[in-house]
Amino acid sequence: MKTSQYTNTPIHIPAPLRSYTGGQSIINVNGGSVEEALNDLVHQFPALKQHLFNEEGTLRTFVNIYLNDDDIRYLRQTSTELSEDDELTIVPSIAGGCPAVSFG
Amino acid sequence: MRTHDEILDAIRSHGSKAYPEESCGFLLGRMTEAGNYVAAVVPVKNSRKSNRERRFRIEAEDFHRADQAARKQGWDIVGFYHSHPDHPARPSATDLAEATFPGYTYVIVSVLKRRPGQITAWSLWPDRSRFESEPIEIISEINVTP
Repeated sequence: MKTSQYTNTPIHIPAPLRSYTGGQSIINVNGGSVEEALNDLVHQFPALKQHLFNEEGTLRTFVNIYLNDDDIRYLRQTSTELSEDDELTIVPSIAGGCPAVSFG
Repeated sequence: MRTHDEILDAIRSHGSKAYPEESCGFLLGRMTEAGNYVAAVVPVKNSRKSNRERRFRIEAEDFHRADQAARKQGWDIVGFYHSHPDHPARPSATDLAEATFPGYTYVIVSVLKRRPGQITAWSLWPDRSRFESEPIEIISEINVTP
């Protein structure tokens, strides 16, 4: 079993999810990789899981994780390893558009 | 949501300028027990490569940058706005399908032939099944501090 090399990696929580973290905007988590860090986050706050992950257990399509200023999609996804002084941020992407019916 | 006249004016103005394309941006403020307070708006580029008249997209990178800037000012991103050119100010099936976390305020402004019209606010139901209309309360005094 892989052991967590680093502890106390802070994760910035977006405002609407703070109702599930007791109002805390930053949570310190344990883990040597992004995956381990996220697992620890939802272990500490189980109600977050439904908002971050879909039924298949993968991150929802609009949920992005930033390691410092980099999207982990362009690194090694959730396998990206964490180093001392790293910070994680949960970042949603947003999209939408007009209804099918216009004013006519 | 609670906000100021100038905020709604800025959203209308951006919708008009972007016409016939969809405008979009961030609502900065604070989530309070009385609802989301919006202190400022930050316009952002509609990153859709095509069909910007009917669709908008805000990149995660733009969110991340706006979030960092908001935090430095003591605010949070509490929602988003976008325009519906020549369409009513109500959420579409696309808005629902593409919605992000419940708790944010989603503001929509209708723009008819470049003229801004109705402006509405919506919140996503906790189970993500629908949007619920959210009253817009105009306040004159700033009673929430960063």
